[in-house]
Amino acid sequence: MDLGGRTVVDCVDLEVAAGSWTTVVGPNGAGKTTLLRALAGTVAHSGTVRVGPARTPEPSGRNRARLLAVVPQHPVIPPGMQVFDYALLGRSPHQGLRFSASATDRRATAAVLDRLDLTPFSDRAVDSLSGGERQRVVVARALVQETPVLVLDEPTSFLDLGHQLEVLELVAELRTERDLTVVGSLHDLSVVGQFADRIAVLDAGRLVADGRPAEILTPELIARHWGVDARTEVDDEGAVTVTVHRRRPG
Amino acid sequence: MTSKAGGLNPEGDGRSLLGIRWLLVGVGAVLVSAVVGVATGPVSIPLGQVVRELLDRLPLLEVDSSLSAVDRAIIWDLRAPRVVLGLLVGALLAGSGAAYQGVFRNPLADPYLLGIAAGAGLGATIAIVAELRDVLGVVDPVPLVAFAGALVAVTAAGTLSVRRGRVGSPTTLILAGVAVANFFTAIQTFVQQQNSETLQQVFAWILGRLSTAGWAEVWLLLPYAAVSVVGLVLAVGPLDVLAVGDEEASTLGLRPRAVRRAILVVASLGAAAAVAVSGLIGFVGLVVPHAVRLVAGASHRRVIPLSLLFGAAFLALADVVARTVQAPAELPIGVITAFVGAPFFLVILRRQMAS
Repeated sequence: MDLGGRTVVDCVDLEVAAGSWTTVVGPNGAGKTTLLRALAGTVAHSGTVRVGPARTPEPSGRNRARLLAVVPQHPVIPPGMQVFDYALLGRSPHQGLRFSASATDRRATAAVLDRLDLTPFSDRAVDSLSGGERQRVVVARALVQETPVLVLDEPTSFLDLGHQLEVLELVAELRTERDLTVVGSLHDLSVVGQFADRIAVLDAGRLVADGRPAEILTPELIARHWGVDARTEVDDEGAVTVTVHRRRPG
Repeated sequence: MTSKAGGLNPEGDGRSLLGIRWLLVGVGAVLVSAVVGVATGPVSIPLGQVVRELLDRLPLLEVDSSLSAVDRAIIWDLRAPRVVLGLLVGALLAGSGAAYQGVFRNPLADPYLLGIAAGAGLGATIAIVAELRDVLGVVDPVPLVAFAGALVAVTAAGTLSVRRGRVGSPTTLILAGVAVANFFTAIQTFVQQQNSETLQQVFAWILGRLSTAGWAEVWLLLPYAAVSVVGLVLAVGPLDVLAVGDEEASTLGLRPRAVRRAILVVASLGAAAAVAVSGLIGFVGLVVPHAVRLVAGASHRRVIPLSLLFGAAFLALADVVARTVQAPAELPIGVITAFVGAPFFLVILRRQMAS
């Protein structure tokens, strides 16, 4: 699989291997969200986004929605919409114009809710759930889309530490289970090295580094782009733990 | 998908049962309101006989109602068309209201408040005073010109409150609608006063033609109603997708602008045809979808069909009230719907401000 992105604000060439988890990191305003929105096709961009073999034309509309599912940074939760109906929206690219959702649509939705332990919430309104549960429902909608690629734009921005890990662990499990390719962004350096198997660093709209976490997340690079004094630790499996230190005057 | 969540998932089945239950309640409400509507009137005909007479008309049923020829004529020529027209108009106003609320992502949207009814009214008035009927021959031009007026109005209200795919605040849309409604009503009054020879006809229409309705009005409305209802029912999926906003809707494979436009056309066709036969009746499109959402959830898969059914029943019953509270005089039906709807609107507005 080959995903080449090139956006108006950036000049980025990124190829993502099938089944990998690539995370885009970078300081605020680096263009992470813009890059992912170009991927999702929701921002006008020059250059092309390709999913699949080289020379495949950029997919649009329905076809794109069958290849890429997006977990947005600020999902719009329709007031009063129930969990099941919300997750069912993921079937939209697979449906024609019809009055009721097909048995296949309902089964696929129910199976995903079941997998994410959301079945007891089926009839609850999404906007009545807690932040962590709500984020799981948004992930459920993306999974119901049954796409090979999952795009996660800061999926954990409003969650506390426990729920952040919970969502990321869930994505990690699902990736293995369903052979998903995950492309995402994260701003929290302390967790990124433990989940992604590839990290792309974006700064001021340019791709400045790209590689395995152990190669990329070094104290020097973090100091250069974030201006932060950090210590890193690599374990046997190549996961990187980053600890940051408070800057002291003098 | 995993086999453990196969066809027997209790959740999925329970949910569709809930939807079916409310559909049955809606059908029941329509039937009850129809019987009550036919049974009520200045000439008292016993309910049992009315029911038997209605059953007799069903295919394969042979029931003797022992009604006199006069009573039979009262039922079939005077009351039945009025009830059927009320049901159709109610369904269209409530269904289009639910669709406008979905498209504009605005709980306050309603064909009346958005100025769509006023636009349709201006269209209908122009069709009447210009005597377009003589031009077009068999096809009655009133609903068509009303439809054109409704489209102009919905486009005006929409462009005033939607900018680059972003929907303005709910109140912006309603204020735009108020301005559009006033503008069209002003032109309508002007056109109407300029043409004194058709004044009576126009007035009769404004006050609502349900009171003088015959089968002709029913046949006039029916084709537009059919197209609009089918369109609205097919739009339930896209309406749900639109609820997550344009950006997310497009990641779900929908083209939000095109879909929005298509749904507005279908909804406005229904609303305009309803206005063309019944005059200006407010708040039905607001009250009914809200009540439906309270009991059956916010998904349009339930909101649209249930709004059609309960809207029909609501308007047929409102008409019964309109012709009985001051009997033998009749109140315009819009008075009844406003009496119920305006306080309801204020409650929703207040809730909106709170959230």
